Amino acid sequence: MSSPAETGPPQYVITAENLTKRYGDVAAVDGISFSVPAGEAFGLLGPNGAGKSTTMKMIGAVSQRTSGSLSIMGLDPDLNGPEVRAHLGVVPQQDNLDEELKVRDNLLVYGRYFGLPMSYLRPKADELLEFAQLTDKAKSKVDALSGGMKRRLTIARSLINEPRILLLDEPTTGLDPQARHILWDRLFRLKEQGVTLILTTHYMDEAEQLCDRLIVVDKGRIMAEGSPASLIREYSTREVLELRFGSERNASIGAELEGIGERVETLPDRVLIYAHDGEAALEEVSVRGLRPVTSLVRRSSLEDVFLRLTGRSLVD
Amino acid sequence: MTRKPAAAGKASVNGAVGAPGAVSEALGPTAAPALRAHSPEVSAVRARRWGSLYFAEHVLRVMKSYGWTIVMYGVGQPVAYLFAMGVGLATLVDTASGALFGGVSYLTFIAPALLISAAVMSAANEFTFPIMDGFKWRRVYYGPHASPLTPQQIALGQVIAVTVRFLLQSAIYFGVVALFGASPSPWGWVSILVATLAGLSFGLPLMAYAASITQDKGQFAMVMRFIVMPLFLFSGTFFPLDTLPLTVRWIGWISPIWHGTELGRVFSYGYQEAPLLTVAHVVFLLALAVLGWVLTKRQFIKRMAG
Repeated sequence: MSSPAETGPPQYVITAENLTKRYGDVAAVDGISFSVPAGEAFGLLGPNGAGKSTTMKMIGAVSQRTSGSLSIMGLDPDLNGPEVRAHLGVVPQQDNLDEELKVRDNLLVYGRYFGLPMSYLRPKADELLEFAQLTDKAKSKVDALSGGMKRRLTIARSLINEPRILLLDEPTTGLDPQARHILWDRLFRLKEQGVTLILTTHYMDEAEQLCDRLIVVDKGRIMAEGSPASLIREYSTREVLELRFGSERNASIGAELEGIGERVETLPDRVLIYAHDGEAALEEVSVRGLRPVTSLVRRSSLEDVFLRLTGRSLVD
Repeated sequence: MTRKPAAAGKASVNGAVGAPGAVSEALGPTAAPALRAHSPEVSAVRARRWGSLYFAEHVLRVMKSYGWTIVMYGVGQPVAYLFAMGVGLATLVDTASGALFGGVSYLTFIAPALLISAAVMSAANEFTFPIMDGFKWRRVYYGPHASPLTPQQIALGQVIAVTVRFLLQSAIYFGVVALFGASPSPWGWVSILVATLAGLSFGLPLMAYAASITQDKGQFAMVMRFIVMPLFLFSGTFFPLDTLPLTVRWIGWISPIWHGTELGRVFSYGYQEAPLLTVAHVVFLLALAVLGWVLTKRQFIKRMAG
């Protein structure tokens, strides 16, 4: 966890210390601390209700914190809301495009909120439509767009003021795999150009693909922090053997697998054996005379990290 | 906590190198290189100063998409009403009881009332569904909410845009009234402003109410049926208020339509009333509008600041 000594003002664009948000007696965010250097892709990974979106709203200067400190570009979002928001591009969890306006007009009106002149906005809107692969939809009504297109338009809209920090709250939730990959590609390009990305997700593959570093959040607290690879190294083995014995037997068979690999995790639908060498573990299973219905050896993922840390699975 | 040093280090270097135009560069060689947004500091200063106008601009752009409806409403409705009431009905009314209407023709008597009522009815539309839409259905307000604009600027922007609509619509309406020769006084045009004020006076409290609704249970239809229609009928619109028994006359006294209509009559044909009453009309309309605005502002802030 970041200590105040590390928080040199120039290189960190966001610094949170003991950030807390309470709704009545419930702490949605419960004293989290982190710092994000410029240009990093920083992720908040956790299940629904972990406090990710609440954290994003506080960073986005649209929700006031209960306690702790938060600084964005050296500014306090509770005191300098408009100044902080002027630095940001925001892609909300739920699209809020104006469906009564045409695609291109959505970009123009949004740019006006930043006081940007039309002489800048007209060519900029065309540029961003190209970036979002929506040039041929410029004059369409928004409700004629597919889910993935709307998402890309929302991202294009968030870039109209050339923000150095982009907040993305569940950017690909509800999109089909192809649409997600297009979106990831666009986000990669932004990252390559040094835009700081802050994103929440409950998809581990998204976190692995996009994030330089992430915090795993559960119940408003940080469970772990690090790069995807280091988290996997620290909290999981290299490989995982997934066995299914049928829903009746999964629970009871755990004891018979004890000692194989480094750790055995019994879930309702399958048994996971954490091992450095998954194939060797599978051999050991058959040596013991156990016959799983299916077996699969795979690499460890952030899902396993999360399971290890919380005892629960990410997507419910 | 272990952290992969390479990743963190690399990120910092990237950040230091990244220039403000980096996003444009990400767009590839076809992008114009000179295109640069002004700094966030400039954005914030401009938004603090002009933010409500920026949002008004947005709402007006949306209104443009149904601009024809506004124009037709502005022209079509007065033509229909003035013919039906002012010409058709007037042939009966004028012969029977001309003195009742202060010595002017029935057409002249009802023209200001129709002008004011039209503005109030538009208010009943503009300050209900679009507000609900902003918060709940399509959540249009949450886009600008993430920008430098503040909730009160978003509220004010909406009000400014609707005010522009009232002015435009009332000007067209007044033009038609004038063509019918139903506004003999040279001060008749002031009723355009009176209609706009009456629209805000009725509309702003309604906007505060609309902004407070989280579940749509057909409240707006109820507002139309049980508030707007009675006000329209019992506000001295088609006959002087004092011809009504006291049991319903009070509806007029609390009605922005009545206060607006009486005021409109003073300007459009020099209707004689106690000067104090004229002042009371203005004060009543302004007070209701200000009260509505204060409540609206509070509701917008409450709803948007989580």
